[in-house]
Amino acid sequence: MVPDGELRAEWIKLRTLPGTGWLLLAVVALTVAVGSMVASAAACPAAGCGQDPARAALSGINLSQAVVAILAVLAVSGEYSTGMIRVTLTAMPRRINVLTAKAAVVTGLVLLAGTVGVLASVLAGRLLLPGRGFTPGHGYPALSLAEGADLRAAAGSVLYLALIALLAVGIAAAVRDSAASIGAVLGLLYLFPVVASAVSPHWSRHLQQIGPMSAGLDIQATTGLRSLPLSPWAGLGVLAAWAAAALLAGGLFLRWRDA
Amino acid sequence: MTALADGSAKQIQAEWVKFRTVRGWVIAMVAGGLAIVVLGLGPSMTGTCGKNGPASSCSGPLGPGGEQVTDSFYFVHRPLTGDGEITVRVTSLAGQIPTLSGGMQRGLVPWAKAGIIIKASTRQGSAYAAMMVTGGHGVRMQYDYTGDVAGLAGSVSAASPRWLRLTRSGSTLTGYDSADGSRWTRVGTVTLAGLPTTVPGGLFATSPQYAQTSGGLTSVYGGSSQATGVFGRLSLRGDWSAGGWSGSAIGAPGGPAAPSPGGFDAAAGRFTVTGTGDIAPSVSGANGNGVTIAQTLIGVFAGLIVVAVVGVLFMTAEYRRGLIRVTLAATPRRGRVLAAKAVVIGAVTFAAGLVAAGIVVLLGQRELRHNGVYVWPATALTEIRVIVGTAAVLAVAAVIALAIATVLRRSAAAVATVIVVIVLPYLFTVAVPILPLGPADWLARVSPAAGFAVQSTLTQYAQVSDVYAPSAGYWPLAPWAGFAVLCAWAAAALALAAYLLRRRDA
Repeated sequence: MVPDGELRAEWIKLRTLPGTGWLLLAVVALTVAVGSMVASAAACPAAGCGQDPARAALSGINLSQAVVAILAVLAVSGEYSTGMIRVTLTAMPRRINVLTAKAAVVTGLVLLAGTVGVLASVLAGRLLLPGRGFTPGHGYPALSLAEGADLRAAAGSVLYLALIALLAVGIAAAVRDSAASIGAVLGLLYLFPVVASAVSPHWSRHLQQIGPMSAGLDIQATTGLRSLPLSPWAGLGVLAAWAAAALLAGGLFLRWRDA
Repeated sequence: MTALADGSAKQIQAEWVKFRTVRGWVIAMVAGGLAIVVLGLGPSMTGTCGKNGPASSCSGPLGPGGEQVTDSFYFVHRPLTGDGEITVRVTSLAGQIPTLSGGMQRGLVPWAKAGIIIKASTRQGSAYAAMMVTGGHGVRMQYDYTGDVAGLAGSVSAASPRWLRLTRSGSTLTGYDSADGSRWTRVGTVTLAGLPTTVPGGLFATSPQYAQTSGGLTSVYGGSSQATGVFGRLSLRGDWSAGGWSGSAIGAPGGPAAPSPGGFDAAAGRFTVTGTGDIAPSVSGANGNGVTIAQTLIGVFAGLIVVAVVGVLFMTAEYRRGLIRVTLAATPRRGRVLAAKAVVIGAVTFAAGLVAAGIVVLLGQRELRHNGVYVWPATALTEIRVIVGTAAVLAVAAVIALAIATVLRRSAAAVATVIVVIVLPYLFTVAVPILPLGPADWLARVSPAAGFAVQSTLTQYAQVSDVYAPSAGYWPLAPWAGFAVLCAWAAAALALAAYLLRRRDA
């Protein structure tokens, strides 16, 4: 679909940036560190405590998504701050292909880092949570990827990070300035949960249904699915729609505007 | 000296011209202020306070000190005229706490109380002094809701009973405790202003709301609890009325869903008193109700992001366009350039923040009250501190962003750093509290987000259990101490920025 040359060019550019490796490492580290911290502080003192162990173990995604957004924004807007974008678009005049190649390379790297981080978080949760009362006696078998709901939460969290990367690529292509793009992406992500915490339950539920972060993270739910604002996959679908809209906007701006 | 001041003024003026001529920055600042106002006054919380007549008002009774108090307990009393004394032996304190599934189980909350009390009247909020055994804090003498003095440690049982004594002399009350009924220790003496000659006195039991958090603060559960004290060897001295004991549930909530208010049983000199509630200052958060005026300031999160981006761009734009070489050629004293930029971005942010915070704090709390949400009252001075403090926090955050941008020179890296250092700690401790209490408390002490303590309007009480967390309006640091932490970060960042700006080639 995307010609080999574009993909290879984007891969070399991203690979040779000094920050890429550190940012990917930060994605893994933050996912595992925050997830383990929350898992080791969670508690289920008795059966029916209503806690979601998968959500606790995977809560590091709340933080590591910010690093994913920064990585994805840099891959696009970094070219604008150095003027490199003019060389890129001269060498590869099919601009949509350039954006697609960038999105593909960034998403590939995020999927890789996300998988490592999520697997390590699940393992940490599996070891830590039974000691915090999440035992079969309280209705919680150990976290296991053989369990349908746990697998959905784990695989969904990796996909969540990939969609955040796509959202950030699209916004960065539209906004171009790296500082403003990072501000816009993080503002968009965290705005909905912040506002939802401060409004009446009726509004709160609607905000959680349309916010990219709050809807997308529904994929991590393994208990109390009925009280969720959206079903897990529908929630991830909302985030996918946001990412698609951002990519579309970014693609159109890239095509119509002078670089 | 005049030349120096003159040079600084010119420098500040130059930086102000640079700021105001970039349309995007001015628009962003106005938009940031608007975001604070719109998010603060937009679709807000709703509640039921005051919606069903005056009885549904959520404000509690006021104590002798004018503070809001909780005053509900089961009181077994008879009138005492003039000076007198009451002595009793407590042999047991047991209770019921809520379970996760909504039922009750045997258990005792740490501040479950049973003991003896002398109170100005049976009206809620009247002055009192009491000696009591507690669930987890030993014997205490408490008075006028906020007073709390520790007595004998350890819990009470039939094998290890506790003797309590309260002596009245005029308006002075003295509490004593003893493990054996013969060797007494004075715990405390207190003077209750305006105590009438005839006052009700006797036995009481009460047990406060029980709340527990499991993991992140988003998961708090709990409910009302109950305590039962068993008393014996009751002896009275002085002019106690001969009419016998009567029982009253002070401040018992009405309605069919309300918990049982308790009761008492007296047989063969043995009293069993059961009660629920608390005699203590009111709190917000999980064990209380209501929100603080900081609730109207949630939009500050959006303002912070804008300030981070504009503060960074104010410096990095110079590097991107090569303007920095012109600037530094015109003003070779580089430290002065940084200072002038800090003054301009700080002043602009402060002004925008002051207007926005002023509007939402003044109008937002009126809207919340109108919607039936209980908003903790704050004095005018406290409101001014919250408004000015919030604007100052935003201004200092802008200066930190400027300094970090000077150090890193790349806008993306600088914005990312500012967001990780300032915005995310604020977000995860206050707005979206996913962190457990320990790390949240730590972040609220050492990270730049500690500065948001300027928004606190509540007092934390050691004698009331609650989930005391920044997200409920309880900050671990005092308002200006928290602000000092933020300023220390700004000073460190500015010092590093000034050093690097002087040493490096532009």
